[in-house]
Amino acid sequence: MTREPNTEAAAAPATLLDRGDSRVAHANSVGGAISAFFDRVRAGDLGSLPVIVGLVIIWTVFAGLNPVFLSPNNLVNLLFDCSTVGVIALGIVCVLMLGEIDLSVGSMSGVGSALIGVLWVNQGVPLILAITGALTLGAVIGSVYALLRTRLGMPSFVSTLAGLLALLGLQLYLLGSTGSINLPYGSGFVDFGQLLIMPAWVSYTLPLLPGLAILSKGLRTRAQRRSVNLSAGSIGALVFKVVVATVVLEAIVAYLNQGRGVPWMFGLFVLLVVVMNYALTRTKWGRSMTAVGGNAEAARRAGINVRRIYLSAFVLCSIFATLGGVLSSARLASASQQAGTGDVNLNAIAAAVIGGTSLFGGRGSAWSALLGIIVIQSIANGLTLLNLSSSLRYMITGGVLAIAVIVDSLARQSRVSHGRA
Amino acid sequence: MTSISPEPASRADPILSLHKVSKNFGAVSALTDIDLEIHAGEVVALVGDNGAGKSTLVKALAGVHQPTSGSIFFQGRPVTMNGPSDALDLGIATVFQDLALCENLDVVANIFLGQERNPWHLDEVAMEVRAWTLLNELAARIPSVRDVVASLSGGQRQTVAIARSLLLDPKIIMLDEPTAALGVAQTAEVLNLVERVREKGLGVIMISHNMEDVRAVADRIVVLRLGRNNGVFSPDASNEELVGAITGASDNAVSRRTGRIAEHMASGKNST
Repeated sequence: MTREPNTEAAAAPATLLDRGDSRVAHANSVGGAISAFFDRVRAGDLGSLPVIVGLVIIWTVFAGLNPVFLSPNNLVNLLFDCSTVGVIALGIVCVLMLGEIDLSVGSMSGVGSALIGVLWVNQGVPLILAITGALTLGAVIGSVYALLRTRLGMPSFVSTLAGLLALLGLQLYLLGSTGSINLPYGSGFVDFGQLLIMPAWVSYTLPLLPGLAILSKGLRTRAQRRSVNLSAGSIGALVFKVVVATVVLEAIVAYLNQGRGVPWMFGLFVLLVVVMNYALTRTKWGRSMTAVGGNAEAARRAGINVRRIYLSAFVLCSIFATLGGVLSSARLASASQQAGTGDVNLNAIAAAVIGGTSLFGGRGSAWSALLGIIVIQSIANGLTLLNLSSSLRYMITGGVLAIAVIVDSLARQSRVSHGRA
Repeated sequence: MTSISPEPASRADPILSLHKVSKNFGAVSALTDIDLEIHAGEVVALVGDNGAGKSTLVKALAGVHQPTSGSIFFQGRPVTMNGPSDALDLGIATVFQDLALCENLDVVANIFLGQERNPWHLDEVAMEVRAWTLLNELAARIPSVRDVVASLSGGQRQTVAIARSLLLDPKIIMLDEPTAALGVAQTAEVLNLVERVREKGLGVIMISHNMEDVRAVADRIVVLRLGRNNGVFSPDASNEELVGAITGASDNAVSRRTGRIAEHMASGKNST
């Protein structure tokens, strides 16, 4: 390698700053981008591919077994159900990025919904204050986990397992002997969780935004890179991406609008995903999260405050868990002892993992919460339509989670052997 | 001890000086009463056997370990470094032996880790340009700065780590075994770089087992042995002197001298 002459690269001043190395093949066209994508997949850099393949299989099977599954109104219901646990999964993504886990998100969400019932319905506290109070409690619990992890070195697996029981106890204590508090039907809060649908013009306008954002950002980056003598991607690939994204999203919305339409609650979930995606990929905080998840010692030596990163991740996770509980109380119009129990915990974690966030830390994306929860809810919804008992539902969901983790492990091994992280 | 230095009194105050710095790990004294001075525009080579305490000393100066006792002066002021960010803020940059790179991040992200431009909206283009500039200064052969570090070879990772240390325009750079993993040409480039850094008026602390590299660039050679100072040499010191100080064949200047004479006489007898 060191013997290779470098004259042509050094001699030609016209060479782009990042194209000086003649050994590297670069994809410059749409075709090149597609073949580069296949190379990446072969090397184990799967991204969202497994989940999309999985989704297609699951939908094909369920649509074959019961045509109602793919009906617009069933999918709208699916999106309502996705939003509550999806928000919890979004928090799980944060802790998984660091290679940590929070097993108490289910109980945390249960406490969140119980607080809404107690504060808003029983005590008459204004709704916004009740929600703020619940989220604040979530932040406190999250910071306790972070302190246990960073100051006492307690594995998050154990501390959150303890938290799972303790919070479940708190939930039962809050709800008292009645065990269940009904939220008033007809209130805006319950409507938000059960009925509120975007008007058609809003639902058709919003899907235009991603395309416009990709286009303007892409063109700006292109101009910027050109001006400083860096290679810039082809306009063709950019336009291709924009057109595909817009057409796919508009088609989905058009289909949903044949039924009830796009739920506002799902819109809130997607908004949170987009915000988290921006935070994780475009901010210094997100970069630090990825670094700490990949190599905490290296991050520490680079001057990153690792403890603060742990704190932020655990706090965010618990806040999202509480918010998920608040949303689910709106969805169910009640705060009960059952809220957050059962499979909520595992569904949230499974969603993040199935969506492509690694259990081993340092790899993940906010989108994995969205994609993963759609898979999980599709299974739950499809099995319910088939009138299968919850015993079978648990077994099948468990199997899917196992497959997802196996795919994650295999892809990781493949990445290591192909020299990708 | 520093009186052996080629230009001792002509320089201004040292940028960094250590006074009786010790570091214990439990019952083990990794460093005992270390004295060290680094001036601006000077390359100090730190040599010693495995376990001599070189890396521990570097980590103490980088803020990774906190000294058990003793004091560190930076530009004449006593300083305590409670963490790596304190050292970076002072202007002490370190290239660790284990490089401390995040394999799951790309080259640009690693170079700018902890120092990202525009924290709320990362300026990827500006960072990429700066990364290429730094790497080109090092004549680095990195295929793409958008590749993750996991895909790079050992030498390429070394270059990335060195490029990262230069990012903040530090006053002192510490290189822990900078040439260990490098090929011939890259070693020469790193040594050139060390000289360029010295010309810019920075202090350089370089750890190396390769005496050729040490002699090529060092202004002073400081020997550590079993966690203690064991002599300071000029780069024209003979191999025997250095090896003697490193391995402990001699413990002070006097025994070193007598040892050398005895050795000389012994070799003289053999040759006759």
